[in-house]
Amino acid sequence: MVPVSYYLILSGILFTIGTVGILVRRNALIIFMSIEVMLNAVNLTFLAAGRYLNSLDGQVIVFLVLTVAAAEVAVGLALIVAIFRSRGTTDVDEVNLLKW
Amino acid sequence: MLYQAWIIPILPLLGAAANAFLGARLGKRFVSLVACGTVGLASLGSAWVFADLTRLPAGERLVMLPMYQWIGTGDFQVNFALQIDPLSAVMLLVVSGVSFLIHVYSTGYMAEDRGYARYFTYLNLFVFSMLLLVTANNFLVLYVGWELVGLCSYLLIGFWYERKAAADAGKKAFIVNRVGDLGFALGVMLIFVTFGSLDYQDVFAGAPQMLAVGSVTATTITLLLFVGATGKSAQIPLYVWLPDAMEGPTPVSALIHAATMVTAGVYMVARTHALFELAPFSLSVVATIGAVTAFYAATIALVQTDIKRMLAYSTISQLGYMFLAVGVGAYAAGIFHLTTHAFFKALLFLGAGSVMHTLGGETNMLKMGGLRLKLPVTYWTFVVGALAISGFPGLSCFFSKDAILWQAFASPRGGMVLWAIGLATAALTAFYALRAVFLTFHGESRLTVEAEGHIHEPPSNMALPLALLAALAALGGYLGVPGILGGSDAFGSFLAPVFRGEAWMALETQAPANELGLMGLSVLAAFLGMGLAWYFYLARPEAPGVLARRFGGLYALLVNKYYVDEIYGGLVVQPLVALAHFLGERFEVTVIDGVVNGVGRTVAASGAWLRRLQTGFVRNYALSIFLGAVIVLGYFLFR
Repeated sequence: MVPVSYYLILSGILFTIGTVGILVRRNALIIFMSIEVMLNAVNLTFLAAGRYLNSLDGQVIVFLVLTVAAAEVAVGLALIVAIFRSRGTTDVDEVNLLKW
Repeated sequence: MLYQAWIIPILPLLGAAANAFLGARLGKRFVSLVACGTVGLASLGSAWVFADLTRLPAGERLVMLPMYQWIGTGDFQVNFALQIDPLSAVMLLVVSGVSFLIHVYSTGYMAEDRGYARYFTYLNLFVFSMLLLVTANNFLVLYVGWELVGLCSYLLIGFWYERKAAADAGKKAFIVNRVGDLGFALGVMLIFVTFGSLDYQDVFAGAPQMLAVGSVTATTITLLLFVGATGKSAQIPLYVWLPDAMEGPTPVSALIHAATMVTAGVYMVARTHALFELAPFSLSVVATIGAVTAFYAATIALVQTDIKRMLAYSTISQLGYMFLAVGVGAYAAGIFHLTTHAFFKALLFLGAGSVMHTLGGETNMLKMGGLRLKLPVTYWTFVVGALAISGFPGLSCFFSKDAILWQAFASPRGGMVLWAIGLATAALTAFYALRAVFLTFHGESRLTVEAEGHIHEPPSNMALPLALLAALAALGGYLGVPGILGGSDAFGSFLAPVFRGEAWMALETQAPANELGLMGLSVLAAFLGMGLAWYFYLARPEAPGVLARRFGGLYALLVNKYYVDEIYGGLVVQPLVALAHFLGERFEVTVIDGVVNGVGRTVAASGAWLRRLQTGFVRNYALSIFLGAVIVLGYFLFR
């Protein structure tokens, strides 16, 4: 039996990877994938905690998160496609018109 | 009809509304029909009410017409209520009747004016306001009417607002009236504080119990009310607006001077006599101001060359008579003079208007002369008016002025001095009235050739009101022939139930020989004035010039109206204008604008600095979100 702390540590590592990915990468698609990694890190925490506490609530929430994430992916990818069409790049530093 | 009397004030209001909204579209025929029709119906209604009222026994002639509850908050209960009693009925008849004649006259006088519909809208509104004022059943409704006549006078005096003089005169009338209205409003508030009610019945019935004779409260209330009256009725010190009010169309002057507006103050003092009776000091103030104003204004009228201004000062003088009457407790005599004055002053103004009309707006009497043969109708009606105001025996003013002088002499509140001032004024009145007749209608024509060619008699819609008013001015006095001349003073005894003043009753027992003697003296004074006018302006036309040179200082004082306008201008107007300039050009620019602009500049500066946060790089935003999350998390973990 793997102790729950392992799951939490793995989840923390995944979340950190995602965060760093968002902060350091410029490609919108990579940033997007990093967000997904962060989401799944959180999902893992929920599952581990649910298993540890003998509760189904964690799994229920994970289903909810998956559903929302699916919708979010659809919208996000559509946005990235639209940006690419209009500006010919997916580099977020090139998309900086909204500023002072 | 008594219980439907509320229709009377409503009719002119409906007329005003119809003319305001439809008048410009439906043409002059419609406007004249509506304006004259509604006021005509109102005067018919007044006559009906009057007739119904006389059929009631003398003691029961008081009809209340509560319309609806107007204000009801806690202790402050005011109904919108009207009342009909002998005083209201007389005022209704005078106001609506004279107004009707002036309306008819106006259809001729204003026929060519662009603002025809606007003019009649204001005129109807004016009549409505005055009818409301005289039928009010409590002080608040009275106040509404009081303010509305002020507004209407402003609108009508400044009717030709393209002319600066007219616009200024309108403003002056309104502002001077506001000064008086402030006093009146304070008086009404003090009445409410004292009596807890604004209804006439409650206040007048409660007054003798709640206030001692001569108490400070009673004196304060009545003096405040009288301040309002001096503004509205053009007495010293607030009379200055009335001569300038001549900038309005002449029928408006007739309306203001005869039927509406200036009589409001006299009516109000007579109406609240129950309060004034408790304040002997206030009554003596009223009588003194009245007598002094009468004399003072008459002296100014002596030297005016503008026919309308001369009539304006004459009105101030005659109003002084009315205040003299109510001040000595002769309320019925005051209202009687108000009535006869309405007839002859409307007549004189409309006569002057018809002279001006035919001379293309000329008002300077020195440029007229010799119009007697060319304008016979105007001439004869004007002569009737002038003789009436002079107190020619048998004409209306003879009876009313005599009643006032007699009571000023005999009343316990009057005395020799008041009577002597009144008598001197009577002589002056006769002089200036006849002077106007001689300068305008007699002697050599001083008209320009061009004006001479245009002269024509007024059309019938102007001549007919003149004739009717002449008849009223001649015969109106027979309403109140005093007992000493074999009459029964029907006017006085009709009003007697309203005025229970002891002073008035006490006169009944006075020796009649006195009254005849005084009457003879005042007739003598009138003939003296007329004779002097004849000597100066017909027999020896060069004499006035000689006299003016001989007494140059006095003449200049009178021509310049005692410099009162200049004094007021220096003491009140200039400092206020200077203050306004300071506030407008210094305070506004530096302080107010400084604060407003300062706020704007601060926000703009901080925005300019803060907008650097908005880099446009998504990762910067993500970093700040991340750091924020860490800080929040850290706070909850380590607190």
